Amino acid sequence: MRSVAGVNMKNLTSHRNPLVEGHRMCPGCGAPTALRQAFMGIENPVVVVGATGCMEVSTTVYPYSSWRAPFLHVAFENAGAAVSGVEAAYRVMRRRGEFREGIKFVAFGGDGGTYDIGLQSLSGALERGHDFTYICYNNQGYMNTGAQRSSATPRSANATTAPAGRVTPGKLQRAKNLTEIAAAHNIPYVAQTTLHDPADLIGKVKRAVETPGPAFVNILVPCNLFWKIDPADQVKICRLAADSRFWPIYEVANGEYRVSYKPKGQTPVEEFLRAQGRYAHLFKKGSERRDLIEQAQSEVDADWEKLLAR
Amino acid sequence: MAFAEAMRQINPDVVAAYPITPSTEIPMKFAEYVADGLVDTEYITVESEHSAITACVGASVAGARVMTASSANGVGLMHEIFPIAAAFRAPIVFGLVNRSLGAPVNIHCDHSDSMPERDSGWIQIYCEDAQEVYDTALMSVRLAEHPDVLTPVFVCQDGFITSHCYEPVDFLDDEAVTEFVGSREPRYPLLDVDNPVSYGSFVMSEHYFEIKRNQMEGMENALRVCREVSGELARITGRDYPPVERYRTDDAEYVIVIMSSAAGVVKDVADDLRSRGVRAGCLRVRMFRPFPSEEISEALSGVKCAAVLDRSASPGGTPPLAAEVRSALYTSCCAGNRMPSPVQSFIYGLGGRDLYPGDVESVFEGLSRGEHFLAPRYIGLREGTGGEERGGR
Repeated sequence: MRSVAGVNMKNLTSHRNPLVEGHRMCPGCGAPTALRQAFMGIENPVVVVGATGCMEVSTTVYPYSSWRAPFLHVAFENAGAAVSGVEAAYRVMRRRGEFREGIKFVAFGGDGGTYDIGLQSLSGALERGHDFTYICYNNQGYMNTGAQRSSATPRSANATTAPAGRVTPGKLQRAKNLTEIAAAHNIPYVAQTTLHDPADLIGKVKRAVETPGPAFVNILVPCNLFWKIDPADQVKICRLAADSRFWPIYEVANGEYRVSYKPKGQTPVEEFLRAQGRYAHLFKKGSERRDLIEQAQSEVDADWEKLLAR
Repeated sequence: MAFAEAMRQINPDVVAAYPITPSTEIPMKFAEYVADGLVDTEYITVESEHSAITACVGASVAGARVMTASSANGVGLMHEIFPIAAAFRAPIVFGLVNRSLGAPVNIHCDHSDSMPERDSGWIQIYCEDAQEVYDTALMSVRLAEHPDVLTPVFVCQDGFITSHCYEPVDFLDDEAVTEFVGSREPRYPLLDVDNPVSYGSFVMSEHYFEIKRNQMEGMENALRVCREVSGELARITGRDYPPVERYRTDDAEYVIVIMSSAAGVVKDVADDLRSRGVRAGCLRVRMFRPFPSEEISEALSGVKCAAVLDRSASPGGTPPLAAEVRSALYTSCCAGNRMPSPVQSFIYGLGGRDLYPGDVESVFEGLSRGEHFLAPRYIGLREGTGGEERGGR
């Protein structure tokens, strides 16, 4: 068994994951895979705060719960503020010896609850320096309500509120770069990854949680219904995202950038796009949008160069 | 300031607050207490009111004793989270410094910020003066955290009129406050990692109704517990606060029902009228949620005519206090009791307009003439040409 980035893969088989079976996420969804892998990076007892979204709804269907850790959901736009309150309570009560040492705090949200409606409360929590880790499971749109566009949706993707129609070819704008926005808060740890390699994801969450102060991890996860992919291709699609540099795998620890995965060769972004039904309109015979495919490639290339220069 | 001083003595575990006029002095003063080490509270200086109340909810379900303050649009921004706090049975104590809701922007007092929250599941107590704000802050901690109640409390005071006026306030010793408020004993703290609980689950129609019904139980117990806690504080201070204050109502023929600071004007006018042989009285409603219907109908049962003065409107409907009072009286009437007729509704003081003794006297005069209007009337309002007959005098 290999040990990558301080993660002993063999030991993980006996890890007690706070997120257990019985949840009602779609079969083959990337989000529970991402969160279960994330929790594998945490040995300590953990308190979990979730923003409204697929993961929150599907793991807490009363009278059941898929959480064997304390779990709090307040609303959609405020996971950052909710975890701030819990962490502050812990700080004052630990001073008095009322609760045990070493409890870790993890907040999560989808990209809707993180990039869009929850950005303000996340920014506030990062700026104030609470000791917690925020995990964004980023499927690039509002999946809980049916594949609407968010500010994480990439250009040209076919979303239900930015559909590919006769006039417009899906979403017209680029995705916001939230990882860089998080890094601009000068917090001790920021990373982005996907499901291309469990050791990378687990190792990043481990570092995030072990770093005192706020940390942010942005994980690209496929939604089979929105991305229109075969659930069996979950990992394949994530590897294409990483190999094509569409989703660079890197971290920023105390301001130092480190690209944690440098793809070999040159996988064109086109391969990543072509593998998903949400870009099907770009490849339609007779009305192929080479211009948008090329634009996607040039944007990825420029971003990669910028990242390497940091 | 009285509320901030109460906060210092209570020394809550967590305070999360955001500045907005006229409640700003509370988080500002409290920040000084933190900076000077007079409290050992975790003070979260959040980036919005929405995050303030959310952090309060997080800290409260974690097991902490939590306080905050806000006004007007800040209260409006928090609206989404109030029912969540109440449903979590998070016993937050909230200094609500009443201010009008925009637009137009106005920083002065009316009750248009707290009234929309009357169905949010929070206890609402309206204070007449700074002394009452201080005393109510202390007793609200006990009330909110009482195991039969476990419901958050708004301690309402009139913006600027009560919050910024200089008046003498009797403070208890710090030790007496510490002893009176005790410490919180949370039933299901989120931080108990050995006994994990889930807050905020997804609940469909099979269970939702029962959960909401259980929540109402806490509110229903609040009147009894409030009387108990108030009585306990009265034994220390000599100041008792029943849910309704009856001022010269026992033999009154004409009574004005009102809340908060303007009750003082009504009491003065009632004294004056009494000296001229008019049997006038003032019924000050202190507790608005839960609404003390029985006390109110009992106090008004022998009264000829009553007027209810609201410092907020319900456009297209009956103003909040008038609607509650009439509903209470109708219920009492159905049980065979007498009720005053008419019960005239007035709206006064929006955006901080003062209520003058002359205004109040006019209302009493109207009552004594048996005037009755179907729609609410306005007090102290300038109206354009042709509108004078709606002027409320």
